[in-house]
Amino acid sequence: MSGAVRHLYVHLPFCSSRCGYCDFVTLVGRREDHGRYVDALLTELELEHGLLADGVETVFVGGGTPTFTDPAELGRLLASLPAAQEVTVEANPETVTPELATLLRAGGVTRVSLGAQSFEPRLLDVLDRRARPEDVRRAFYHLRDASFDNISLDLIYGIPGQEPADLDRDLDEALALRPEHLSCYELEAKPGTRFTYEHGEELKRQAESMEGYFELVVDTLIAAGYRWYETANFCRDGHRSRHNLAYWLGRDYLGLGIGAVSTVEGLRWQNAPALPRYLAALEAGEEPPRELEPLAAATRVQERLMLGLRLDEEVPFSEVEAAVDLDALARLESLRLVERRGGGLALTHRGRFLGGGVTADLLAEIPANDYN
Amino acid sequence: MKLDRIRNFSIVAHIDHGKSTLADRILEVTETLTPREMREQVLDTMELERERGITIKAQAVRVAWKGHQLNLIDTPGHVDFTYEVSRALQACEGALLLVDAAQGIQAQTLANAYLALENHLDIVPVVNKIDLPQADPAAVAAELADLVGEDPERVLRISAKSGEGVADILDAIVERISAPEGDPDAPARALIFDSSYDQYRGVVAFVRVVDGRFRTREDLRAMAAGTRFEAEELGFFSPVRSPTDTLEAGEVGYVVTGLKDVSRLRVGDTLTSARHGATDPLPGYKEVKPTVFAGLYPTDSDDYPELRDALEKLKLNDASLFYEPETSQALGFGFRCGFLGLLHMEIVRERLEREFDLDLLVTAPNVAYRVFTQAGAEVEVHSPADMPPEFERVEEPYIRATTIVPKEYVGTLMELNNERRGRFDHMEYLSEERVMLSYDLPLAEIVYDYYDQLKSRTKGYASFDYDVIGFEEGNLVRVDILLAGEPVDALSLIVHRDGAYGRGRALVERLRKEIPRQMFDVPVQAAIGSRVIARETIKARRKDVLAKCYGGDVTRKRKLLERQKKGKKRMKQVGSVEVPQEAFLAVLNLDGDKR
Repeated sequence: MSGAVRHLYVHLPFCSSRCGYCDFVTLVGRREDHGRYVDALLTELELEHGLLADGVETVFVGGGTPTFTDPAELGRLLASLPAAQEVTVEANPETVTPELATLLRAGGVTRVSLGAQSFEPRLLDVLDRRARPEDVRRAFYHLRDASFDNISLDLIYGIPGQEPADLDRDLDEALALRPEHLSCYELEAKPGTRFTYEHGEELKRQAESMEGYFELVVDTLIAAGYRWYETANFCRDGHRSRHNLAYWLGRDYLGLGIGAVSTVEGLRWQNAPALPRYLAALEAGEEPPRELEPLAAATRVQERLMLGLRLDEEVPFSEVEAAVDLDALARLESLRLVERRGGGLALTHRGRFLGGGVTADLLAEIPANDYN
Repeated sequence: MKLDRIRNFSIVAHIDHGKSTLADRILEVTETLTPREMREQVLDTMELERERGITIKAQAVRVAWKGHQLNLIDTPGHVDFTYEVSRALQACEGALLLVDAAQGIQAQTLANAYLALENHLDIVPVVNKIDLPQADPAAVAAELADLVGEDPERVLRISAKSGEGVADILDAIVERISAPEGDPDAPARALIFDSSYDQYRGVVAFVRVVDGRFRTREDLRAMAAGTRFEAEELGFFSPVRSPTDTLEAGEVGYVVTGLKDVSRLRVGDTLTSARHGATDPLPGYKEVKPTVFAGLYPTDSDDYPELRDALEKLKLNDASLFYEPETSQALGFGFRCGFLGLLHMEIVRERLEREFDLDLLVTAPNVAYRVFTQAGAEVEVHSPADMPPEFERVEEPYIRATTIVPKEYVGTLMELNNERRGRFDHMEYLSEERVMLSYDLPLAEIVYDYYDQLKSRTKGYASFDYDVIGFEEGNLVRVDILLAGEPVDALSLIVHRDGAYGRGRALVERLRKEIPRQMFDVPVQAAIGSRVIARETIKARRKDVLAKCYGGDVTRKRKLLERQKKGKKRMKQVGSVEVPQEAFLAVLNLDGDKR
């Protein structure tokens, strides 16, 4: 019996050190657990195998730092994952050696997402990043040498102390490498992180002067020939992230590993983030502890709208109409923040800079009993 | 009780000059209350009154002294309640004029002393707090003697705190204050000088019987209102309610009416018997008119019914409070309320917040305007929003302001009054050190930021009082505040043309700071008609996005959006601009802060 899910996410939580701004489920070191963890992942895959379609389209191995995982275990994992048209692995520059690049290639990986973040040593220090600018370039070349023709770079902007000239330079450095894809995130100082504790006040002070950074990123990348296809993502020559596109288009996905989220047929669940319980459950051949979130029909339509409006392509109006406040739509259209094209709805160029507020406006009230 | 054995008197004093303490001592010395029953300032029943040290409602207490019945009619000491004071004074034949030995005569003392003199009362001048280290009883006694035309030797010197001289006061009341005049055999007539509301027994009227005799269970009639009711209970205060069978000419007491509608029995009206009653009412019935108006809105629009109920309840004990429903596009449903003055407004607001636990937004107060339209009609306008865009002329209320200051502040005070469109009337040296200045000023100038200015410019040494003297034409304009071209009704002002720019500028700047940036540029303008006099722009936001959103983030991001959505719902919508309640609060407080 085979299911319909065509998108698989696998979480590898291990890192060599923790970056102050990060709020993902990560574990520092724990080399002794890498083998057991990969075993557990494969057991979970076995348990959920029935959900997957025969032809899996995309696999995304994220972290953590997947490339920090013991190479033998990483190789074993890649070999055991279903074949797919796009297989992405996230990598930190300092972990990428020629050997690792070859291992990824041999493991069927088609796309690497490289966490560059910045090319300015001072700012890399603020972010607790270990890689130096030359590590980023070296990693990129190793990947190219291993004939990877689809590489994405992650950049972070709005770092405490980052001047507009710094951002300009980062973008230039990144563009000089001609990556197929760029993800550019504004630094989020999430409450409760060490980073926010240390830099929160400074970020508040800078907020006004950094307001134009998003525009600077978008303008620069568009001018360099990239397509701004999602709020924070840019690509050239049609190299969109097919896996991530699946999220934004509201498709079902299966997530494996601690903290991983799955959404299948109106049910969302998240594995508990604690490693010992995850290992114990799967070693006993049982499902790991999970938090379930049934998605009401109305909620699914809301999410479809919220995610779909992140893209540069319109969302078919018929799919989201139920979640749209029509008065707000008219107002936003007159403000030229939203437009209707063909049978669909999309944000205008300016609207995309204000996507959060526009979407909040556009969402109709949902009766309270539809919330979980 | 025979008329010649009765004395009815009030105590006229400035706030803090010791009126309530003296009243306490009188109750003690006459053994009306045992010391155990004695509570500090028993006459001030409301919590708020005790805290602020002022008396809001008049009350009457009967005490016995050497074979005489003395009725002490307590009066509010503040300018806003002049009307109630004059009612209370009409029920008396005499007044103690009580002045602090350290502070001397204050503007309010003067105003109330003049009221007492106008009412032909016998005045007993008293210098209080003679035991204070900084007291100067001789100088103050000289001021007082001069004011009332008495021999300084006859000015009583007491300490209400220690009780020294209190018995002398009681003797002086009997000796110097006239017995009431009236005809015990004529048809019954009584002046209603105050009322209160008892939730079980309805309206309780405080009365001074002038002629004849009232009996319990008798049918009575209020002559001006035409209201009929049965006197369910008659009595006097000592200081608790003490029922009695009759109230006779010259006496002071209360009547339990059973009336549930406070508006059917007005202070100032005359009570008489329903059958074989008097034909002529007592003189001096005059309807009390609010002079200061403001919009009161619940911060949470769900509290509107609670606000309405609370106002209804307050009105029961405060006939001078005026209110009518008002709808503001920016603030929702509320009430336009009329007050006797700023203190009255503050008291009502505090009671609503304290006793009824309401959070209120209060618009900038304004006065009542008389607008004459081009068609020749006359309209009274209580709210800037109701000001017609075109008119022939506007009249605004003027006051006669009496201010007493140490002589070195005369120049400062004149400067302030000139800035406020004041007209000098006259000036008088009360003593070598202290000067009384009389000015005519538009009331609107007092309502906005006057007290604070007066206080800070004279280092708190000024004492101020006023009387509304009439209406005069003014060069007034209505200033509207516009957000993205939409007028915000709650922020409109009526101001003198010369002050329009300053007020408009201040409001516009404050709004620019308080209103969060929107998804588009928002011009904030102050305008007179179609002419913009001040403008600021709230620049559009340049970004508002959730940075990352992948499979693991969807639920969290959705909840963030829901929260953002809820936040927007709490905002007030002015056209397409979302304005947080706090912005209105801050802007309205701009006036409040200065006051």
